[in-house]
Amino acid sequence: MWLWFHKLGSPKYFYDLSGKFLPWFGWLTLILMLVGTYWGLVLAPADYQQGDSYRIIYVHVPAAWMSLFVYMVMATAGAVGLIWKMKMADVVASCSAPLGAAFTFLALITGSLWGKPMWGTYWVWDARLTSELILLFLYLGFMGLEAAIDDKRTAANACAVLALVGVVNIPIIHYSVEWWNTLHQGSTVARMDKPAMDTNMLIPLLLMWLGFMFYYGTTLFMRARNEVLHRERDTTWVKDMVTES
Amino acid sequence: MSEFFHMGGYAFFVWTSYGIALVVLLANIILPMQRKKEILKNLKRRLRREQA
Repeated sequence: MWLWFHKLGSPKYFYDLSGKFLPWFGWLTLILMLVGTYWGLVLAPADYQQGDSYRIIYVHVPAAWMSLFVYMVMATAGAVGLIWKMKMADVVASCSAPLGAAFTFLALITGSLWGKPMWGTYWVWDARLTSELILLFLYLGFMGLEAAIDDKRTAANACAVLALVGVVNIPIIHYSVEWWNTLHQGSTVARMDKPAMDTNMLIPLLLMWLGFMFYYGTTLFMRARNEVLHRERDTTWVKDMVTES
Repeated sequence: MSEFFHMGGYAFFVWTSYGIALVVLLANIILPMQRKKEILKNLKRRLRREQA
């Protein structure tokens, strides 16, 4: 385990290994998302209260889950980079930020488009929506801070601290629908008892969530590999690879 | 079929959501691909300069 962890910290090892996984992740993403979308839009029944508008759930909920998941990956990678000075951890944190921001943006915009027909408004300053908006600002702040500091090492450390402080927002987002009286509906899937959702509606949601997970893996690898190539541009293995291609 | 696109009267909200999602997801695939091309082009140019 430690040996593997150590090897993964080597940029060349990461580059080779992620190159092997990338096509699999890409195809899995495509298949899961296509099947999930078809199932969600065509096969799943309409909701008895919300009609067909609820079908936005199949992009909204996976995007919202990912916005939290990616943040936790980013903060963890940031901490690893801060403590063990692991270069690859910095790369993972840095490449996760724009992806997390994209997921958060999607969650907010699709939520807004779902809120209009159901609540009668695109936006309301309630706990869930406000804390998710703060999450978007945390991602953007991370990216801005990184861009503002020239030295990569210093930038990575400063960003890691920012990401770690921002972790406090994650449980706030998750529990906001329980702690405060919000307009946002409560959780339908992650409950102590069984999900309050028809199986035919739940399966496409889980497929989409898996699709989003593999999508994150795919795009994270793509970005991280670029970053590795750029950072390691003076090493012999990168030069050899470029000459061979 | 037209009933499917009508989405029970919520067509605008449902299709805009899926449309924006598609654009954002595709953009995050295309951008790193272009970046990779750019990086490799620059690397090749540097190598040629070094060898010359």
